This record gives sequence, structure tokens and C-alpha cells, in this order.
Amino acid sequence: MPIEKFVTVQTSFVPMPIENVDTDQIIPARFLKATTKDGFGDNLFFDWRYDKAGQPKSDFVLNNSAYTGTVLVAGKNFGSGSSREHAAWAIAGYGFKVVVSSFFADIFRNNSLNNGVLPVQVSEVFLAGLFDAVETNNKAEVKVDLENQTISNVSTGASEHFEINTYKKSCLMNGYDDIDFLLSLEKEIAAYEKQAVKF
Amino acid sequence: MGKTLFDKIWDSHVVKTIEDGPNVLYIDRHFIHEVTSPQAFGGIKARGGKVARPDQVIATPDHNIPTINQHLTIQDELSRHQVETLKKNCEENGITMYGLNHPYNGIVHVVGPELGITQPGMTIVCGDSHTSTHGAFGSIAFGIGTSEVEMALATQCIMQPKPKRLRINIEGELAKGVTSKDIILYIIADVSTGGGTGYFVEFAGSAIRGLSMEARMTICNMSIEMGARGGMIAPDETTFEYIKGREQAPKGEQWNKAVNYWKSLCTDEDAVFDKELHYAAEDIEPMITYGTNPGMGAKVRGNIPALETIEDSSKNSFQKSMEYMGFAAGDKIEGKPVDYVFVGSCTNGRIEDLRSFCDAIKGKQKAEGVTAWIVPGSKQVEKQALAEGLKEQLEMAGFELRQPGCSACLAMNDDKIPEGKYAVATSNRNFEGRQGPGSRTLLASPLTAAAAAVTGVVTDPRTIFNF
Repeated sequence: MPIEKFVTVQTSFVPMPIENVDTDQIIPARFLKATTKDGFGDNLFFDWRYDKAGQPKSDFVLNNSAYTGTVLVAGKNFGSGSSREHAAWAIAGYGFKVVVSSFFADIFRNNSLNNGVLPVQVSEVFLAGLFDAVETNNKAEVKVDLENQTISNVSTGASEHFEINTYKKSCLMNGYDDIDFLLSLEKEIAAYEKQAVKF
Repeated sequence: MGKTLFDKIWDSHVVKTIEDGPNVLYIDRHFIHEVTSPQAFGGIKARGGKVARPDQVIATPDHNIPTINQHLTIQDELSRHQVETLKKNCEENGITMYGLNHPYNGIVHVVGPELGITQPGMTIVCGDSHTSTHGAFGSIAFGIGTSEVEMALATQCIMQPKPKRLRINIEGELAKGVTSKDIILYIIADVSTGGGTGYFVEFAGSAIRGLSMEARMTICNMSIEMGARGGMIAPDETTFEYIKGREQAPKGEQWNKAVNYWKSLCTDEDAVFDKELHYAAEDIEPMITYGTNPGMGAKVRGNIPALETIEDSSKNSFQKSMEYMGFAAGDKIEGKPVDYVFVGSCTNGRIEDLRSFCDAIKGKQKAEGVTAWIVPGSKQVEKQALAEGLKEQLEMAGFELRQPGCSACLAMNDDKIPEGKYAVATSNRNFEGRQGPGSRTLLASPLTAAAAAVTGVVTDPRTIFNF
């Protein structure tokens, strides 16, 4: 199943200067009872976003119309904890194309990439610069260029290179997914099985 | 140059290497449960494909199931639908499933080892981050997302960048009343929840060698809580002794062949790790968490860190966490009131955990005002607990033995900690709302849980039990 091709984005962004945002916060476990990938965006950050009566909490950033854009900028160690891909579905479903942080948990990083959401790891200094920029002007913009692997703070002109392996970059840019590739390896997999240690 | 245990197993499972990309890794055993598999089966169906190696896939529903009245239908409609979807997908694809009320049902990471499915040298995945548990047997086992579950179902392979190698050495002898849960909470408190990110961990040293398989599983189970891809322990006589005779263990001549191969699975003396950490077992005391991630842990008889010891950039997150917990920086932890005690989960829901809880509370009574849920990790554990008379022991002390499942670890079933209440839990995560919206979790060992259960407050188990 092809994923949506990633194109360069320049947009205002949503700041979330909180560290160690775990996948239980991104999508609480009680929302994992679905058997499809649809509708998770509505429950993104549910317990931070809504009060007990289901009303939006005014102090949470997603409920503040001053902050918009398809890029989420978060504190370090984003996506730790549970392997639930529902977290990536919720972020994609909400409309985010990119998550920026100074550090990502491994499984979340893989899950995001498999859903066409680009995790961009930046330095602490660059991250702080983005938070400063948005504090001054809540429509401050960030530009993410996957082809050249650069991210820019449009307000300050600061720019940084980010890492992504060539294979995954090509998948995102062309909208390929891993399963098509793995299915094409049927013969290699069968050959591997013939020589593998088994008891 | 020699190879690490991790390299030996990983390298022997690489089907193809992609330049500046991930490895195509062959998967020997794939465990599935009801929560993270339906969309993967849906994907396969949408492509018109099929499950490639159904005999290498094992299913058990665990997250959604109730822990009382399991003979009745699951009451929650969405939970029931998810469990029924797993059954249907397994039937359509020829996958063995240990469903609700099956004698082998239970938490997937308890079931695999106790049936002998988990063996040294294997690659094992499951759409569940605590798959790292199986690394206790000297296998490479780790959690994956649902896209990867689909890959593994469709091709028996996944795409994975090779992690770096980290060895954590714990030398010496643990003091009485200190358990493997305390070892892992101590390490995570030291390195933080991101300290292992990018690495695969080998736990080594005399303190690790001296642990039972159950205790080793507890340590490997929580390696994900330091961000590590997984954790593993080289197989030895303790491992072989545990596996021997189990239902799916190799038998006869195959057993001897297997053991010979398993004995080769160790890190060579001259192998090099990307990073090594060293701890002394004697420094480790009963541990407990006070915050909202597993790295926020301290000695039970210690204090919550003072605010001035927290880095400036982390102060906001720390204070948010303290506010959620209803604690203050610098507070003494011992003596904090406890409303709930939960013993169970893939971290500490094995027979040894139930035994140690029961031994500890012998002659004592559950504190008034404490609600305690003692939940076996599987039907096999439940059966063993009944055979050993643990149920009677628990009931005499005012406790109840429930039926197996993930229970209060993650609030997907009926076992939820109410808002604002404090739970000492033997599970693995203390995130906000993990045990139910507004719940406040303090992670600890079964012994520290027992001490809280009989006193009603956070208590160092060494001060009230004789070990």
C-alpha cells in the first residue's frame, strides 16, 4: 500500500515544550480497541486535551487556535514507552506531517516513518531556538526539506542538517512502503530458511 | 575480533543488507495479541496476500480480557470485538491461538517462555514493547509496530536498522529483600528513560548469573523502559534447566543438539561493546518510582530529588509530574499512603512473584483501606498457584487471587485505578493515566508491594519482613 509522498513543508508549528512525552499520552490505552486505523486523530493527546466532561482544556496547545501548522515541535525523548503504532496513526490522523524533537524513542521513530510522518531530530540549541521564535510570534515558521535533509527556523534563518537513512528517505519521497519491498524478496527468504539453524 | 552474543544472533538472521538502510531480518517466532494485530491482518487482506509462515506465529488475547468471571462473555463491547477479531483472523490464517479459558491462555510474554516456545538464539517479535522479556533466554526479542507486524505476518521478515551494543554488568551479591525488579529500577533511575535508546543491551555479571529465569525475565522485560531496543542474557545451565521438558522444547537427540548450539551463544572475551556500564549489586536497595516515567525512581527509604538537583531544561516537566502525583520535590517516600496494590503483569506475574508475595505476607493481614489485585500472568501460573495452596494463603490474609490477564497494568480492561488514587504496582509503567485516567502509579517489586499491602503506606520490605 503506497504511503503519501513527502514534500517540503514550510508552515507555522505547534510547540509542546514537554520532555519524555510517552505514547500513553499521545494515545491513551483505552482508545486502542479499534480494529482499523481510522479516527485516532480525534483522540490525539486525549487526556491532556479534554477534561473529564470531554470539554477542550483551554490551556492545552492543541486547543489554542493561535498555534497551527502541520509540524509538531516537542521536548526531548518524544514517543517513549509502548510500541503502539496507534500513536503514529493519531499524529498522522490529526494532520501532522513532521515531528521535531531533540531525541526520539526508537520504536516511535520507526512507526512514524512507516506512516509517512517524518521525525526530525535536531540539536538542543536548535530546538530551544524554535521555542523562542514561537514565543515571540505564534505564527513563526519552520521549513523542512527532506531532499536536502535540512530544517530551518524561518524567523532566525538558523538551519540544521538532520539524519535519515537513504533507504527510508527514498521510501518517504517516493511513497513506497516496506512490505512491497519484502514481498519482492520471496526467493531470498526461502533460501535463508533452507540454511537456518532449527531444532 | 570476537563477537558479542547480540551480533552472533543478529548476523545469523540477516537475509539481506541494504546499503545505508536497515537489514532484512528473519523472524523465528512471532507472537501476536488482539490490540496490535487487527490492522496488520487488514493490510494483508487488502493486498490480497496471506500469512507466510502461520506455524511460526502464536496468538493469545491478553490486554482486554477481564480477570474475574472469565467463563462469561467479555462485557465491554469493543474489547469483545477485538478479541473475537483475533480469533477470526487466526482461524482464517491457520494460526494457533490460546484463547480465553484455554489452559495456555495468558499474557503473551508469560505464555511464550512457559510453553518452551521461547528458546536461545531465536529472533522473536511481537507488537508489544515488552517483547524484550524473551531476551532472558539469550534471544533477540523486541517490540514492533503494527506495520512491522504486517511485514512479519506477510514475509516472516522485518526491516530493522542494527542497534548499537551496550553491556550492563552487575557484579556481586544482592542483599536479602532486594530483587531483580530493584536491579532494573535502579539502572533505569541512573540512565533515565532515554539512556538506552539506540542500543541493544546485554545484562551480564555475577549478580545476573545468580538469578532465576523468572527474575531474568523481569530485568529484560523493562529494558525498553530505558529506551533500549531490547535486553538479553546469555543462556546457561539455569536457562537449559528451565526449558527442558516444556511442551515445545526440543526433545531427545534434538535436545542435545540444541544445548550444544545454545552453549555457543555467549559474548567472546575480546568482543567490543559501543558502551559498557558497571554496577555493584551491594549498592542496590528496594526501589520505587515517585514520578510519571520509569526513570523517576529512588530507594524506598530515600527522598524525591530536591528541585535544585534537576536540570533547568527539565524543571518544568519535573514539576508537571510532581503536580500529577500530588508529591513535592524533596519529599520522603516511605510513609506515603497507598490505596491500591497490584501484583501481576508481564514484569512480575510469574509463579515466583506470587510465591515471594505470599511468603512475605505470611502471618500478616492486608491493611484496611487497601484494595489489592493479585493477578497471575497466565492460566499455567494460576494452576500452579492453586496447586501450591497460594490462593488459600492469600485469602487467609485478606487478599484475592484473580484470573490471568494484563489487568491493571494498562487500563484496557475492567481493572482500573480510580482518579487520584495511589497504586503500588509490580508492572512496568507509571505514565500519567497508565492504570486509568488520573491514576497515580508507584512501580516496585512484589516484596515492596507486599510491604505496602500490609501496612497501607510505602514501606521498605526489610523493615517488616524477616528474610
